[in-house]
Amino acid sequence: MISLSSITKSYQVGAHALEVLKSIDLEIGPGELVSIMGSSGSGKSTLLNILGILDDYDSGHYQLDNTMIKNLSEKKAAFYRNQFIGFVFQSFNLLSFKNAMENVALPLYYQKVSRKKRNKTAMEYLDMVGLKAWAEHMPSEMSGGQKQRVAIARALISNPKIILADEPTGALDSTTSMEVMDIFREVNKQGMTVLIVTHENDISKLTDRVIHLKDGKIMADDIAVAS
Amino acid sequence: MFSIDHWQEILFTIRKNKLRTFLTAFSVAWGIFMLMILLGFGTGMQKGVEYDFRQDAVNSIWFNPGQTSIPYKGMKPGRNITLKNEDLDAFNQKVGGIEYLAGRFFCYGEFTVRYKEKYSSYQVLGITPEMMYIENQTPKTGRYINELDMKEKRKVAIIGPKVEEGLFSKNESPIGKWIDVRGIQYKVVGVYNDQGDEGEVTRIFIPLTTAQLAYNAGNQLHTITFTVGDASVAESREIAENAKAILSEKYQFDPKDDRAIFVWNNVENFQRFVNLFLGIKIFLWVIGIFTIIAGIVGVSNIMLIIIKDRTREIGIRKAIGATPASIIGLFLQESILITVIAGYIGLIAGIGVIESIKWALIEFNVDAPYFRDPDIDLITAVMATLLLVFSGALAGYFPAKKAAKVNPIVALREE
Repeated sequence: MISLSSITKSYQVGAHALEVLKSIDLEIGPGELVSIMGSSGSGKSTLLNILGILDDYDSGHYQLDNTMIKNLSEKKAAFYRNQFIGFVFQSFNLLSFKNAMENVALPLYYQKVSRKKRNKTAMEYLDMVGLKAWAEHMPSEMSGGQKQRVAIARALISNPKIILADEPTGALDSTTSMEVMDIFREVNKQGMTVLIVTHENDISKLTDRVIHLKDGKIMADDIAVAS
Repeated sequence: MFSIDHWQEILFTIRKNKLRTFLTAFSVAWGIFMLMILLGFGTGMQKGVEYDFRQDAVNSIWFNPGQTSIPYKGMKPGRNITLKNEDLDAFNQKVGGIEYLAGRFFCYGEFTVRYKEKYSSYQVLGITPEMMYIENQTPKTGRYINELDMKEKRKVAIIGPKVEEGLFSKNESPIGKWIDVRGIQYKVVGVYNDQGDEGEVTRIFIPLTTAQLAYNAGNQLHTITFTVGDASVAESREIAENAKAILSEKYQFDPKDDRAIFVWNNVENFQRFVNLFLGIKIFLWVIGIFTIIAGIVGVSNIMLIIIKDRTREIGIRKAIGATPASIIGLFLQESILITVIAGYIGLIAGIGVIESIKWALIEFNVDAPYFRDPDIDLITAVMATLLLVFSGALAGYFPAKKAAKVNPIVALREE
């Protein structure tokens, strides 16, 4: 599903370049549930940006489901993001002025799906994350766990090839974190590839594969520690 | 681009952000409103000037005799100058550029005018027929004084509308009736209309020759007046000087003597006012343009704040798959929609205020000097509104474009 080879990325900081990613090689197959761990500054966010086609890389190759992701125009990148990737963020990032259903439906708006149809689809996905009754509620009326479930439903609605989650449980208590992880696992069971960036061992333990990142390099790649 | 869904998205965003929508809309509406008020007052002032010059033709020049004040060819100052009928002929023959020429004789003294049991006192003047054009009069009923009246020294009179009101009952036509002017009977042949003030509509005009005969004036005139067509100020001055030179030669006074003959050049005076009010109009426009600029700056400011405010939203939309073009489009169309509606409201409010003032001026019969009938040139107004909308959109475009370039991850990290 994801194939990275010799990916490097550096940022210009003042006079010298700061190498954030140093030759990353990574293969993630379809249907995997993977977590990336690393302390801050390890390059995990940069890696996530590159995987999410939000940032370009300097050298190497990145293939996402046989599509070469390199030097894309803004428009093309937006198209691939919309088609291939579902994002879940630490701070949920729902649009505060839209209710749960409208938030979930938003990716379909950019696919030019009619309002009626996308709201209907959104309701199905809300049902899937157990929030059908909350469809008309605004994000401010929901708990963190509920918001993250709405965000997951939004990530899923465009039927992407991969879910990228950036510290999805960072803002949640442990009970809610587990609920959210349950949803990820459930989604994964249905065949979705899920990649979670986290720094919590409790979370990574619930994934099938843990990739440890340090100083821009992959230090370890452990398959199925738990479960 | 123009799908209903797209507009629903925009309307939705607007509805959910009432305060900032209101602020943007208000600054646009206020700018347009102020501009409309300024333009309306500008027009009002211009019309006011034109109105205050309405009583006589704006291209008329008036000659009234006075007393010499400068010694000339051995003669002492202080001589009275008296104009004669033949001066009219001299002007006609020797002065170029005259359009209509007329003479006037004031019948000085108290003139009690009587019709049946009604009487009142009015001003009585002897005139030549072309006075109609110079006084800017039109016949209301009947006819004006004509050449035959002059030639035959007929005892006919035309009366002002206020005279008609004063002497005749509502359903009685004055035409053909005989009025008694201090012992002499005149037959009313017409009623004239004059746009002028009270003094201009309470007059009785009789043929010049009749007046001179009836009041023992020989061929004496009190005023010679003529219009100069569409002559420029300089041309009108030259015509007036030529005319004055003829009188100076005939009556032996210094052509530079301002008191021997008083010359009132309406062309010059009117032009002076036109220039003054042109200046005021330019001034109003400058203020108006600055008001618009202030409006544009206000809109740009608010757009900047809005976009800063919505960086996170832009990040989310981009992560979800919005193209930069769709982000820019969303913001631009939103700002255009707001500015168009607000501009329209400002336009309507401005027109409303101007029209109310106009209505109040008429309704309460306010006679404000140099201000009358304020109006808004609609094309100018719409152009100004479109300019503001365009500028507002343009002002919103650059921040929107910058915002569309925002890296979603950076935008989303912002807490």
